[in-house]
Parts: sequence; structure tokens; C-alpha cells
Amino acid sequence: MKTVASDVEKTSLYASDSGIQAKLASTSAPAAPTSSPLHKTLRKVARQVIFYAAVLGIWALLAKLRIWPPYLFPAPWSVGEVLWDGFKDHSFWIGIAATMKRMLIGYGLSVVLGMILGLAVASNKFLEETLGGLMVSLQSLPSICWVPLAILWFGLSEKAILFVVLMGSLLSVTIAMEDGRKQLPKIYSMAGRNLGARGFRLFWYVLLPASLPYIVSGLKQGWAFAWRSLIQAEMIFLTLGLGQLLMAGRDLNDMNQVIAVMILIIALGYLVDRLVFRTAERILQNRWGLAPSI
Amino acid sequence: MTANANVANSVPLLPAEPRNASRSIPARGRSNGHAAIVPIRNFESGAAKVWLQDVSLRYKTETGAELLALDRIDLKVRQGEFLCIVGPSGCGKSTLLHLIAALQKPTSGSIRVDDEYVTAPGTDRILIFQEHGLFPWLTVGENVEFGMKMKGLSRSERDERTRYYLRLVHLSQFKDSRPHQLSGGMRQRVALARALATEPDVLLMDEPFAALDAQTRDLLHDELERIWAETGRTIIFVTHNVREAVRLGDRVVLMSFRPGRIKREFEVQLPRPRHLEEVDVARTAREVLDDLRDEINKSLEAEYADENRG
Repeated sequence: MKTVASDVEKTSLYASDSGIQAKLASTSAPAAPTSSPLHKTLRKVARQVIFYAAVLGIWALLAKLRIWPPYLFPAPWSVGEVLWDGFKDHSFWIGIAATMKRMLIGYGLSVVLGMILGLAVASNKFLEETLGGLMVSLQSLPSICWVPLAILWFGLSEKAILFVVLMGSLLSVTIAMEDGRKQLPKIYSMAGRNLGARGFRLFWYVLLPASLPYIVSGLKQGWAFAWRSLIQAEMIFLTLGLGQLLMAGRDLNDMNQVIAVMILIIALGYLVDRLVFRTAERILQNRWGLAPSI
Repeated sequence: MTANANVANSVPLLPAEPRNASRSIPARGRSNGHAAIVPIRNFESGAAKVWLQDVSLRYKTETGAELLALDRIDLKVRQGEFLCIVGPSGCGKSTLLHLIAALQKPTSGSIRVDDEYVTAPGTDRILIFQEHGLFPWLTVGENVEFGMKMKGLSRSERDERTRYYLRLVHLSQFKDSRPHQLSGGMRQRVALARALATEPDVLLMDEPFAALDAQTRDLLHDELERIWAETGRTIIFVTHNVREAVRLGDRVVLMSFRPGRIKREFEVQLPRPRHLEEVDVARTAREVLDDLRDEINKSLEAEYADENRG
């Protein structure tokens, strides 16, 4: 209650400033939004629905015309049937669960290690000149090339798959972190120190939030690399998972399953990108008022 | 005249005709509505709020050449004084503020605030940047709160002070906005509120209005002058705009270009509140500008020379 009273007092103190206040308000009011965003979104969704319906229609038409035999070019409805059955007898659910579990472990590991490595490389000149260069050159190695090494080191095991995933995404996370840390405008750290933040508090309240746009784009890139590496590894290791389901389709000469699993892989990758990373980017954009890099 | 008697080679600049009437213009004050905007300053000779003694800074450029950025700067800033530093770009005037804020260390010399040596950044000396100094991940209110949070003030005190200082800069309704939703002038007012909220003794302002349009800058000059009179802070204000310096400062310090030295000091004894377009302000600025022109030419020559080499 006391604060309210003192506020009233302060208000009356500046009552004589109403002239200045009015002037300030008129010269520097923020712009109001001009177009309705809902309308835009609806129109965008409508366009996408039309596009995908057309793609499906062309696919159905080609299948109906039987230009190629059905075992090479299956119809959308028979692929749909395989998808339905796969989920009904749980084999797809189990495959997705196995893949996602590996993904979470492998990706989680590479994020933690990548952040530590990236920060270390960015803050140490010696590491930057040595390890930094090595990482960029290793990044040019397709992750599937780690498979032979992984098999010799770990055998045909879960560890070997995780190793391939880790090597596939670790470097991209590290490099993104390092870039972010280096590109971070100096002014934030100066302003933070000036306002009394130092040590851990400077890192936690200033440097970390300031690098969020870079972190998010690094994590997103890392996820994409991890996802590709994992599916490739699963196709070679043939342990339960989406990659193995895909290869099973080939072994059984079942084109329906091949296409069905491909659709699953695309859908999952897209979903995570949309739900997790695009959302994070959108939140950042709204808060910061700028498009995060990449 | 006693006030500047202890300042070496300072040149008193009096208005052509004394305008005593304008000295008693009623202005807003903290105690009552009729306090003059000219703060009463009783300077003891030798007492300095900020004291730079023999401060030099040299650093190596990318090409390996050694550059003397600041050369034996001696400067005393009085308690409650509004000091403006002008000079061509590259004369090291911003660097001087960074040194006082202890964001950078001088190569030699000492900096004292209230007779205490400055060694680390502290919330008694808050720097306001030209632009982009606000944290975009925080709301306006959270930005203002930041320094107080680092100082460890209680939640309720932080809330109260945030409200108070946002009101002081007329931005109460924008507490929950994001910095990017505000105009440039509003953002600088938030930066001012954020700086004042830690209740610093010394405000260091690094060309804070340089990126703003002329009308907004005029208004912010009035605002800053009012807030300065109300809070009694010591302000060190860096600018390349001589008129702005004369409009705002009790004293204007002119710096030379490479090495950065204090070339001359001017006491500005024009009555407050002043206005940018006043004849006296323009005339005084003219005198400072005549001295500054040589330095600007030097800086331009150096710039062109750099270009030719590159």
C-alpha cells in the first residue's frame, strides 16, 4: 500500500511534464500491426492442402494407369494400407520408438559434448587454431564413413550406432556453438559487466541468453545431421528401427513397405523440425524482433 | 570564476550580455516546483568525484604497429558536474569512458572515483551506449531491473524502483514491451532508466543520442537535463556534436586526435535551461568548433591515408 501512495506522489510530481510526455508519445510511438495474421495463415494452409492433394492425385492417377507394374510403383491406397497395418500390429510403433530412443541418446550426447567443445574452442586461441581446424576438416567426412571404424571398435552393437550418430552431429553442433560465441556482439558482455554481472552470473544471465539464436540454429543443424546418420547406420546394422524396416521392405521385395517407411522417416523428421525447432525460432523472433541467423 | 580557477588552461565563456532573468526561470525539481534547474554546486577546491591522473593507453593494431590511443590524460570531474567530452572520431573519447567504467585497463596512470582507485566494473559508474545496449531477450521492465538484480536487491525494492525510473523517463506503459517494439528514442530512455536504477554516482554516456533523429534528440536533451537536475548525478557525456556538448555541459573538454590528449577546456556559463537553437549556445559552439576543426582535419587526413595504403 505504501508503494502505491508514493507512486501517486511521484505522479503528481511529474504532472507538469504532460507537455513533454505528449510530445514524446507523438514522436516515438511504436507502429501498430497492419495486416491480419490469421487471414494470411489460412490462405497459406489452403494453398498447401491443394498442393498435396494434387500430388496425391497425380500419384493415384499414374498408379491407376498401370504404366509400371504395382510391385515397382504401388498405389497410394496400398501404401496407406501397409501404414495402417504397420501401426495396428505395433511393428511401426516399435520401430519408431527404437529409433527415437537412439536419437535422443545420441543427439543428447552430441549436444552436451558439442556445447562444451564449442565453448572451449571459442574461448581458447590455441584450441581454436588446432582443434578448430581439425573439426572443420572432419566435418567434410560423411557420417556413414564412421561405420567401418565403429564396427571394428564396438562390434555390431548399440554403442556402434550411437557412435556414428555422435560423430555425425557432434561437429556441426560444435562449429555452430563456436561461431555463435565468436559472432556474439561484444556490447552485451560489456553492458552486463558494467551493470555488475561477472563470472557465472555474467555467463548465465547475459552470454547464454545472448547466444540463444546461435544455439538454436546449432541444435537444429545438429538434429538434422544426427537424424540422417542414424537412419543410415540402422540400414547397415539391421537392428530394430526405421532403417531396418526400410531394408526389410527391400529384402521382401515389398515396395509398399519401402514407400511407407520412407514416408514415416520424412514425416518424423519434418514433425520434429516444425514442432521443436521452428517453434523455438518463432519464439525467439517474437522476443528479439529479428530473424535469427540461418 | 572561483569554480574554474583550479582548472588549468580553461577558458571561461560568458554570454555576451548577462541574462539574469533567464536564470530564475522556474523549473521542475525534486523538492519543490520552483527550484531552478541550475543545481547549486559548492565545489571545494581539489575535491573531485572522478579523477584521472596521467592516464595513457597504448595498444597494438592488427598490423602490429603500436598506437598511442590516450596520452597522459589529466581530468578532474566535480561532484554533480555535467561534463561533455568532444573530439573527432577515433580520438579515444569512448575509450576514456570504458576506462572509467573499468571495462578496459589503462596502460599507465590511475583513475579514482571518490578517492578510491577504480579496478573493476561497478554499479557506481554506469555506461550508456550509443545503441543496442539493451538486452533483447528481456522486457523493458526486466532490462531496468537487471543491474539491481545483479546487486542483489530484493524483489519488492526492484519492482518499486523499476516503476519509479520507468515513470521518470515516461515509459510506464511499456514495462512489458520488448526493446525491439520501441523506437530508438524510447530505447535510449530505457537505457537511461536502467542506468539510473542502480543509482550510480556517475553516469557515463557514450554518444547516447547520436543515432536519433533531431526532434527526438531535442526532447531527450530536455529530459536528461531535467533528470540530471533532479537526481544530482555526475555525468560524463561523450559526443562529437559540439552544439550538443555546449547545450548540455557545465564544462566542455576538447580532445585532440591521435594521440588522444586534452587539448582545451571550456567552462560553459550559459543559463539553464538551454536550447540547441539559442544564439548563445551557437556562438559558444562556434568557438569550440574553431578549435575542433584542426583535429577533425587531422582525423580525416589519417583516414584518407589509411585508405590509400589499403
